[in-house]
Parts: sequence; structure tokens; C-alpha cells
Amino acid sequence: MMDAGRHSRVSLMTLSEVEEITGYVGNFHVKVRRKARYVDSGKCTACGECVNVCPVLRPDEYQSGLSTRKAIHIPFAQAVPSSYILNMDDCLGNNPIACGKCAEVCEKDCIDFNDQDRIEEFDVGAVVVAIGMDVFDAREVPEYGYGRYQNVIDSMEFERLICAGGPTGGHFVRPSDRSRPVRIGFVQCVGSRSRVHGAEYCSNICCMNTVKDTLLLGEHYPDTESKVFYTDIRAFGKGFEEMYNRSREEGVKYIRGLPGEIEEDPATGNLLVHVENTLTGELEEHEFDLVVLSVGVRPPKDRDRIQKLLTLSKTPSGFLMESHPKLMPVDAPTRGVYIAGCVEAPKDVKESVCQAGTAAARAGNLLSAGEVTIEAYTCRIDAEICNNCGQCAKVCPYHAISFVKGAKTPPTVVEAACAGCGTCGSECRFGAITMRHFTDQQIEAQIDAMLAVDPMDQIFTFACNWCSYAGGDMAGISRLQHPASGRLIRTMCSGRVDESWVLRAFRKGAPMVLLSGCHFADCHYIDANRQTVKRVLRLWDKLEKLGIRPERLQLEWISAAEGQKFAKVFQVLEEHRLRVTKEEIEQTVKVLEEEHLKKLAREAKQAAKRAEKTAEATA
Amino acid sequence: MEQARIGVFVCDCGLNIASTVDCGAVALAAEEMPDVACVVRNKYTCADPGQNEIKKAIAEHGLNRVVVASCSPRMHEPTFRNCVEEAGVNPYLMEMVNLREHCSWVHTNQKEAATRKAIDLVRAGVARAGLLEAQEEAQVPVTRAALVIGGGITGIQAALDLANGGHQVYLVEKEASIGGLMAKLDKTYPTMDCSI
Repeated sequence: MMDAGRHSRVSLMTLSEVEEITGYVGNFHVKVRRKARYVDSGKCTACGECVNVCPVLRPDEYQSGLSTRKAIHIPFAQAVPSSYILNMDDCLGNNPIACGKCAEVCEKDCIDFNDQDRIEEFDVGAVVVAIGMDVFDAREVPEYGYGRYQNVIDSMEFERLICAGGPTGGHFVRPSDRSRPVRIGFVQCVGSRSRVHGAEYCSNICCMNTVKDTLLLGEHYPDTESKVFYTDIRAFGKGFEEMYNRSREEGVKYIRGLPGEIEEDPATGNLLVHVENTLTGELEEHEFDLVVLSVGVRPPKDRDRIQKLLTLSKTPSGFLMESHPKLMPVDAPTRGVYIAGCVEAPKDVKESVCQAGTAAARAGNLLSAGEVTIEAYTCRIDAEICNNCGQCAKVCPYHAISFVKGAKTPPTVVEAACAGCGTCGSECRFGAITMRHFTDQQIEAQIDAMLAVDPMDQIFTFACNWCSYAGGDMAGISRLQHPASGRLIRTMCSGRVDESWVLRAFRKGAPMVLLSGCHFADCHYIDANRQTVKRVLRLWDKLEKLGIRPERLQLEWISAAEGQKFAKVFQVLEEHRLRVTKEEIEQTVKVLEEEHLKKLAREAKQAAKRAEKTAEATA
Repeated sequence: MEQARIGVFVCDCGLNIASTVDCGAVALAAEEMPDVACVVRNKYTCADPGQNEIKKAIAEHGLNRVVVASCSPRMHEPTFRNCVEEAGVNPYLMEMVNLREHCSWVHTNQKEAATRKAIDLVRAGVARAGLLEAQEEAQVPVTRAALVIGGGITGIQAALDLANGGHQVYLVEKEASIGGLMAKLDKTYPTMDCSI
């Protein structure tokens, strides 16, 4: 902590939140809100005079609410920066009648009641997301009585109570009567590995944390009688099994089975634990002075906000998704962004440090290279065909197309800002936009070739590169079997999918068409997939008007992590496909052929008009 | 546009693809597709011998488009783009067809249907390849600074590693002090040392 605080190349911004990140790999622009601290951390010497005179007492968050702090306080003794902070929600204010005592006694004059939030902006080439984890709230398991019984505490409160820097100076006492508990029960998997409370995943760290706690207790108070109720003890890391064995050798009892209920004896504050010992099959009762709930790891509250800022993905359990679980474990799907620590998955200190090092090395490689290659997926506007309507500029999520209404010059593309979603291309009604490497002609050729043989057997699918196509890969990696009727065409974004392509697939005899993309918050092109929805709604209307059942076009959001959903979607769509008859397809093809001929005639007319105009201009 | 001369490389991926998809049938079908100048079947196309086959075929048959029918482009597109570039073909003239993640691995017990699907996917890939155009990638300078969001043990370590590597780092923490959850712990396993 100290090293980070004083490193000449680390700009430390505490009490700060990232509000906006724009740009792309190697070139991000960041806006950070630096919240008002009301104490100048440059001048504050942490003398503590202000605390002595502050009259406001509040529960101390750092001590899990087991002791109090003042409205002006230092977060904890070793805080970095070592400076006080004034919590304005608690403070009585500077009105002399109300208070203002801290400012009176501060010799360095570093308290400023008028301090305000500031926005700081800077550029970076890489981003490391290390926003950590939250702790499961044990109140969600009512049968254990946390929050109702004073002597049922969670593992974070245990840490504070046994810590020399804690509210009791390291004297381990129980909350109800401040007596030293001798009989202590630990309950594992609270909020983990459960289909009822919390989550189904294993939180990774709780087994070893409890083993450590029992050893600490034995070290401080050798007469402690600890019992641990567990599902399985997962002591898989280096030195872990040895530590677990030491705990057992020191007399800690490990009982396989999670308590069904904990009862309090109101007279003594003691706790009665009811449990089925799953090794003996017997129902047991154990009495304790104190029970510690070993609470699990939850994804951090900030995840949604950060996920949206950087267009990241999350796994079904809510942690951030890496590019590849084995080969790219810290690369986020967005280039130049790396994820590390518990936000990726629950992990202990050693693993967090390892992953931090990996993320730093990956980011460092990018920065040291000094240059980065951008894939050639950008759009180009053909000025001759362009009708100057401005629709492309309107739908571009990156504002990469500059268009001046009423101007004679057609819109231009800022290539460095274009991310290559292709939404403009499919919105252009005049065919004036070419999306490099995903041109209309290329995709149309794919559609025609795919449906050239036995189109009736196919569920024709457009999938976005980042989520749905990757979801299909995830189904593959996980070997999730599904009907073989799916035929995928990849585009970078579902926003690229042109209405005419969907109609073309039906015209070529597809019984079902699926359009699939990222969930709204996951869209890798900010919100380009909102255009997909609009387009599908228009298509459904159109199909209905043409007498084609709209159900034959389906829209699904499938994330990169949702291999199961991918397989499920095709199982459901296969049932739809089997209901589409040969006659129905023939009718569709006939109707759409007629429409197509009309369209061709219209286009020929337009082209002739254009040619005439050009001829006039030249003349 | 010049006349397309397409090489199709069908990968067995050991048995990953070949145990479900009849790769021989796929290769035979590919030979009949428009503009296909040669078809090669490989055990492992991504391995050196497989890549050498691609380079050899480009030289021998004067290929100007390459279709690799193997795994997901999300896995090996960079591999094969490099490969064709080394043989003098623009990397954007290489098209991948996903016969593994999207086919053999998920249709294990539907061998015939999987083979039909594989042929359809290759036909679409070949059609697309014929229309691919060479592209030039842009080189963009990188700002030599990093943002680390979160000042817990992970963020601190990442920031220090980057800073020690000579990079400017902005370490953003929402609380008043860095340290995160770990600063609230007394001791941490497997050693029993202090967490701060």
C-alpha cells in the first residue's frame, strides 16, 4: 500500500470514480470524478486534533460496525493516503451555531467545507479492471439468525474481532456480553454452493480462511474448542492440506454437514446448532458461545457500471468474462482492457497477486510496443451514390460519421473513430456504404451458397462476432449437443444485418431465420444492437403484410458465456422449423421473388436517373 | 477483380473434427465448388506441417484466396492470417470455416447431418472467399500510460508492476484509502502474516 502511495509513476486517486471512458485500444480517454474530501490530503499531517473535537459518532465501516468513528476520521490507522476525510452526510456543517469545531482546531488549516467534486481527464493506452468483490450478506439465510442473534457473526467480523487493530484491540470477545467465547462453531458455504441462498458456485477462499481462523484462535487461546460444519473441505493449494491437517491435529473438530437451523438461548446468548452429520447420518445438536458464518464471495456492486463503461461481458454467476478461460485468462473481450482479481472469479491473495502481475504484463506489452494494429473493419461512403440523408450519422454509436444537414458535401467517416459495427451500412437505403471485409456482396454470396442445397433443413442464422458467435463457440467447447440444422454467418455486430439479407434468406428457401446478438448491456458497439431490434420489428411487420408468419424470424440475445442458451435456442428453433411446411416455403419464395423483381425495377430506374443527372452535369 | 484461385484446407483436428464430420467427403465436395483450385486435407492445419502445406499450395497453384475449414476464427484467425501473409497473400484474403466448435463438437451423434452442415459451411466460406478484398490495417500509436480501476490488493499489485516497468499509472479507488477488502483482514493464509 505504502509503495503504491509514494511511487513517482503512480497517480493515486482515492475517493474517485471513473465516469466515462471513450476511445479504443491504445487510445482511451478517461474522465474521473474526484469526490470532495473536505480535507486537503496534501496539508493534513494526520495529527488527529479534529477527531477529538468532532461531536458526531457513527458506526465504523472499517470495523464492520463493531465500533464507532467520528464524522471526520481516518479510514484506518495505516490508510494510504494517510489523511483524514470529512463525511458530509454525517457532519453538522460549518454553521458556527451548528458546529465547525474541527476547522477551529486544525492548525494546518486543511479543512474546507466548500470543497467540491472535480472532474479530472487524462489519456491511457490500457485499462486494468480490478474492482474486487463483495461479501455475501448472511441475513439472506434467515435460519442462521445473523442480524437477530448477537453472537452469530460473519467471517469479516471475525477478522476485526481477532485483529490487534480491531475494535477490541485483538481481545476476542463475543458481542452480547463481551465475554471470551470458548466454544466456537464455524458454518461453511454460507451463500455458496447453494441453490437456495446465494449462489451455486464455490467461493474458493472460505474453507482455507476458516482453517486459518481455527489456527489463530488456537494460537491466541489454546483452550478454544472449535468445530467446523462443512460440505467438503477444499484444501487444494500449495501448503493448504498441511494447514488443514495441522488444524485437525490441534483438536479442531470437522463435522460434515451444514446446519439446518441455529437457535439462540435468550438467557445465555448461547447458540444451539442443529445439524445432520452426513458421515454418520445422525441428527446432532451442538451448543456454542459464538457461531461464525463463513460467508461467500459475491460479484462487486460496481460491476454493472464498469461493465457498461468498457463494454465487457459477465458469466452467468455474475463475474467478468475473460476472452478465453484458459488461453486468455486476463484479456477482456474489449481490446486493451484486462481483468484481474476477484471480479474475474473468487480467489485468494496469492492468486490475485499472480493475476495482477499477468494483467500488468499484458498491459505493459501493449504500452511498450508503442503502436497497435487496428483491424481493417471500417466503413466507406461512396459519395456518388450517397443521397445525403444523414441516416448513417444518426445511427453511428461512435459519432464517427460527420454530417452537416443541408450541406452539399456527403458525410465523411473518421476512420480512427469507426469501430466497424457496420450499422450504418445496413441503415443506408441507397447502398452507398461499404463495410470493409463484411460487404453486402460477400454476405449475399454466403447466403446464396449456404442455401443452395436443401435449404429446408436449415435454420439460417446471423450471429455477432463478440457474443452470439462466441456463445456458439462456448457451446462447442462445452460439447453441448443440439440439432445440426443451424447455419451461422458471422458479422461483427448484429447491427450490421441488413433487412434485405433476412428477406433474401427467406427468398432462397430458409424455413427459419435467427438473428442473434449481444444482450443490451453487453453490446460491443455501445448500443448498435438497438438498431437490430428496430429492424426486426420492421421486418416482422413486413413479413406479416406479405403473408409470411413473423415467427419464422426470431431474435435472440446470447452472450459469449451462454453456451447453454445457444444450444437451447437451437433446440427450440428446431421445433419451429419442423412445423414449417414445404408448401409454406414455396409460397414465401414466390411472394418474395415478386417483391424482389419489383425492387430490381425500382433500382434500375434510380440508376438510370442518376446516370442522366451525371450526363447533364458533364454536359 | 482478378480471377479467384481458391485453396481449401480441410482440417481433421486429430479426431476432434474427423471423428464426427466425414472430412474426406467435405474435401471431395469442395473440389467441385466454383473457383476452387486445390483442396488439401490436414491432420492438424494449425501445426507447422499444416501451415507449410498452405504455403506450399499457394506457391504451387498460384492461390490468391485461402479457406481454412477447421476451428473458430476467434481461436486461430491470427494464426492463419500470419501464415498466408508469409506466403505473400494479403491476410484479409483468408477465410475460416468453423467445423469444430460449431459443428463436430456439438453434433457428435449426428454424423451425417454434421457432414452435410460442414459442406454447406464450406460452400458459403468459398463463396465469400471469392469476393474477399485485400485490406491494409492501420497502425495507431499507443498512449504510454495505464488506468487501474480498483485499489485492492490486485489493483495495487498491477499498478506497481506497471509503474516499475516504466509506465505512468493512474490508480483509481472509490474509497478514501486504498487497501480494499484485504486491508480489513487480520491474517491471510497459507502463511499467517499480517494483511496490511
